[in-house]
Amino acid sequence: MLSFIIFLPLIGALLIALLPRASTSLIRWTALGFSLLTFVASVVVLMDFNTTQAGYQFVESYQWIPQYGIGYKLGVDGISIWMLMLTTFIFPIALWTSAGAVHDRLKEYYALILLMEMATLGVFLSLDMFLFYVFWEFALVPMYFIIGVWGGERRIYASMKFFVFTMAGSVLMLLAIVFLGINGGTFDLQALVAKNGQWAASAPLFLAFAIAFAIKVPLFPFHSWLPDAHTEAPTPGSVILAAVLLKMGAYGLIRFNLALFPDASRQFAPLMIVLGIVGILYGAIVAFAQTDAKRLVAYSSISHMGYIVLGIFSLNQLGLQGALLQMVNHGISTGGLFLIVGFLYERRHTREMATFGGVWGKMPLYGTLALLFVLSSVGLPALNGFVGEFVILQGAFQSTAIQYPQYWTAFAACGMILSAVYLLTFYQKIFLGESRNAANDKLIDLNWREVAAVVPLLGVIFYIGLYSLPFFTAMNASVANLLSAVGIVMR
Amino acid sequence: MQLLFISPILFPLSGLLINAAFGKRMGERLIGAVASLMVLASFAVSAYLFIQMGALPEAQRATAVDLGIPWIQVGNLHVPFGFLIDQLSVTMMLIVTGVGGLIHIYSIGYMHGDPRFQRFFVYMNLFIASMLVLVMADSFLLMFVGWELVGLCSYLLIGFWFSNIKNAEAGRKAFVVNRIGDVGFILGILLIFATFGTLTFTDVFGKVMAMSALNSPVIVAITLLLFIGAVGKSAQIPLFVWLPDAMAGPTPVSALIHAATMVTAGIYMMTRAHVLYTAAPATQDIVALIGGLTAFVAGSIALTQYDIKKVLAYSTVSQLGFMVAAAGLGAYATSIFHLATHAFFKALLFLAAGSVIHGMEHLSKSAGAHGGAADGHAVDPQDMRNMGGLRAKMPITFIVYVIGGLALAGVPPFAGFFSKDEIVAAAMQHNPLVFGLLGIAAVFTAFYIGRQLVMVFFGKPRTGNAEHAAESAPLMTIPLIVLAVFAAIAGVLNLPGVGTLGTWLAPAVGGYEVEAFQIGVAGLFTLLSVAALLGAWYVYRNAFTKSSDVDPLAGLGPLYIFLKRAWLIDALYQSVIVKLFYAASSFLARVFDVGGIDGLVNGTAVLVRNTSGVLRRIQNGLVRSYGMMMLLGVVVVVAYFLWSAVAR
Repeated sequence: MLSFIIFLPLIGALLIALLPRASTSLIRWTALGFSLLTFVASVVVLMDFNTTQAGYQFVESYQWIPQYGIGYKLGVDGISIWMLMLTTFIFPIALWTSAGAVHDRLKEYYALILLMEMATLGVFLSLDMFLFYVFWEFALVPMYFIIGVWGGERRIYASMKFFVFTMAGSVLMLLAIVFLGINGGTFDLQALVAKNGQWAASAPLFLAFAIAFAIKVPLFPFHSWLPDAHTEAPTPGSVILAAVLLKMGAYGLIRFNLALFPDASRQFAPLMIVLGIVGILYGAIVAFAQTDAKRLVAYSSISHMGYIVLGIFSLNQLGLQGALLQMVNHGISTGGLFLIVGFLYERRHTREMATFGGVWGKMPLYGTLALLFVLSSVGLPALNGFVGEFVILQGAFQSTAIQYPQYWTAFAACGMILSAVYLLTFYQKIFLGESRNAANDKLIDLNWREVAAVVPLLGVIFYIGLYSLPFFTAMNASVANLLSAVGIVMR
Repeated sequence: MQLLFISPILFPLSGLLINAAFGKRMGERLIGAVASLMVLASFAVSAYLFIQMGALPEAQRATAVDLGIPWIQVGNLHVPFGFLIDQLSVTMMLIVTGVGGLIHIYSIGYMHGDPRFQRFFVYMNLFIASMLVLVMADSFLLMFVGWELVGLCSYLLIGFWFSNIKNAEAGRKAFVVNRIGDVGFILGILLIFATFGTLTFTDVFGKVMAMSALNSPVIVAITLLLFIGAVGKSAQIPLFVWLPDAMAGPTPVSALIHAATMVTAGIYMMTRAHVLYTAAPATQDIVALIGGLTAFVAGSIALTQYDIKKVLAYSTVSQLGFMVAAAGLGAYATSIFHLATHAFFKALLFLAAGSVIHGMEHLSKSAGAHGGAADGHAVDPQDMRNMGGLRAKMPITFIVYVIGGLALAGVPPFAGFFSKDEIVAAAMQHNPLVFGLLGIAAVFTAFYIGRQLVMVFFGKPRTGNAEHAAESAPLMTIPLIVLAVFAAIAGVLNLPGVGTLGTWLAPAVGGYEVEAFQIGVAGLFTLLSVAALLGAWYVYRNAFTKSSDVDPLAGLGPLYIFLKRAWLIDALYQSVIVKLFYAASSFLARVFDVGGIDGLVNGTAVLVRNTSGVLRRIQNGLVRSYGMMMLLGVVVVVAYFLWSAVAR
């Protein structure tokens, strides 16, 4: 079943390659159809997912390169189930909105997006380090092209930067993976985890993985590729980047760093917590000074991802579960904000906030929907962001991974003030006040296609905000298992 | 039965959904009717619950309502959708929905003709629903939901006429300043859970009561953190700066924020958490002092304002100081008593001020939209210097205004007299400093409201707008009359020596002792109030004959400027904290992030590019060859490592 899910988008991509270039709507519907099928397949997995079971489910295991202990092994557990769902949920939305954002070389574009879906699904479902690495690298390529070909003015610079950064981290990780594979005699993740961190050099190994993932997250100070990549990418690319690709980093920290190197995790947790908190505050403060709406959202991403790292390295159940939920929340809310900015960009071909003003008056529906995404991102209770943030903060507050956790948490909580400052400023500059440019007078409110793109996201925002139980329930067993298996005291 | 208990929340919630979904086709009257009736229905249910509760023996009056739906459930953190209906919450429900309902009815008239009439009532209903969540919640975290949602509603309603950027700015300021307090609140919640392992009121309070020692550090910390939240929401020093700006919203919104909802939340929260506060006398002293200071400072500022609503806004801050001081003195029931009487007379004063503004706008506008009030007008309809002589033009508004004013000033037998007297009496017993501050604040109160009454209603009209002012429509005056009746007689709720309200609340607020009437204190303060009122009349009776006349208080020189500019507190924030933040943000974004972190990375890249001619040739700009190189690179690297691994 998991193989089916992973390779369904690949089949779609191959099919698109066979279609004539001119039949654009057929291409578009094929891509959308396959991504929807993938979503349906993942829902089937979710329905059959046993929430009481801590271990991997739907496991598929085949030999691949047996002489090196490399296998083709897939599985899903409570840690990856929502990453799987988030991925299959976001891709159809990104494809759906592509019609407005992308206008040339559609065949290549849609094929690449589907390839990217395949690769990201592979990342979240692989249980073999080598297989994981292959998917990890593969996910890089389509995004590189999407920024480089369909991006904005500085696309070449942005795509190179994206590539160089991620590649630099990947090389380190590859070294570490190969080291593990050789010393452990296998690339099988479960077998390696079972060794319980008894490695000759677990600190350097931890760092090799951590840097690769920190770049992807991105964790301060490894973030500088993100604003450029986000700003230059076409809207659907930004959505996927924020919602799915960044999660690969956070997921990696949990799946590999915590599980493989429990001692080193404890050792480096204070550093990671502090970097996460710096990221929360730094991203927020820098976001405030942005004049380009998309860059502002990009920096808000850095701030929000800081909470996730804070939660992960609190090394307790609340922190980790909060982080996992916040990974979903961030994907939905920030993905939504990128869509919101994209709608305006398609109308006005600028993202300079100074040229807007009073847009709520011209586009009442758009203004209302945008406000909901802003509020979700601000962490307003009854919407999704608050639940994740609160659980993370509670976890961090009681963490035994760092001295004086209460004081550190107080710093992190100041992010609540800053997020209100920069996001409401963002909203005010674009939507409130008087119009600062005559071109705004011609703005037309959202059409049904655009509304249809954001309504599912809003549904999730309210659902998680009001009833997070099923999301937490599905993670419980696996997270508890992870924490106890690596000997981290549960609280 | 559970549905009945939570129906007060569900009514306004469904009202807002109906209006949001179908409002476009419904027309003003129907929208207003749906919104108002929903709030009145909540009031009816609250009254029913109140009566039912009264029929029960005292020990059985509190009802825990658990919907059986978990909101957050992870690890050992369990927060259900649970509500606590007891004497305290039902009293708050009655105030919120009763006063709120009247404000809704009034708004139908006041907002008539506004292009976003529908949206206004959606927000208003959301406001009531949020406030009800706040007062009905059975845990700190669910209370925080309502707490933040009223913050959202204030943001939306203060900035309702958002095309004027000043209004939008005021809304944002309210939200951000509230958020500063909210961080304190949330840290308090984190500490409560870390300490007690639960967030439910009854469980937390049970565990606190089991602790015998007073002033244990953790309880002091919790109460101080929660108090930071109350300081934000109930506009105390140093976070009161958002409330005076909040009058940028339509006047009914000011009434709602200042009287029935929002700012009362902090008082309610401390009263609800009285078990914690009583266990932390050290915090109590700080609370009482902050309350006293706020009453004094805000009262002194109100003396010098010209804007009719701004006087009332600072008055609210000052009166909230009285309530906070009462809570700090341990007189929780008294605090709620003043909250109730204040809700009546302050809602009355704001709505009556709205009626005045409405009257003042007659000349320049045919009845209707107020949106552009601040711009394009030659005559500011809110500036009291432009008024005068409205007594004859708007007789009903005048009479109710006087009743509200006397209630505020604490003149017997009006409502404010009784509640303020109780607070002052408590202060006299326990804390001389706070007693002094409150005493001076009480004199200020009578003086500024006297000044306002004279400037608005007496003398001769000073502008054409005042000359042509006319009484408002019944839809607006009837709620005024109802509120005026309550402002006049609400003292009977808790007469000295009887203490009906206090006795009723006692089990929920840790007890209440009925105090005998202290003729000395009451007599002294009555004399002071009347003297201050007369003083204001004496000073202002001939002070303004035309709009441009100078305020007699201006003779105070620098002190007058200092008061008029609100002790320069907001100016200090603007010129220090806000400026610093801008500078830091700008530096980090434009210098540090671009030049520092990014520059380091790009510098390395440039270095590599310049020193390697081979690479430059390959960088031919074709994306395809980059891609090929990349894949090739991956393959080579992987192959190399695998090979070296095997070779070893």
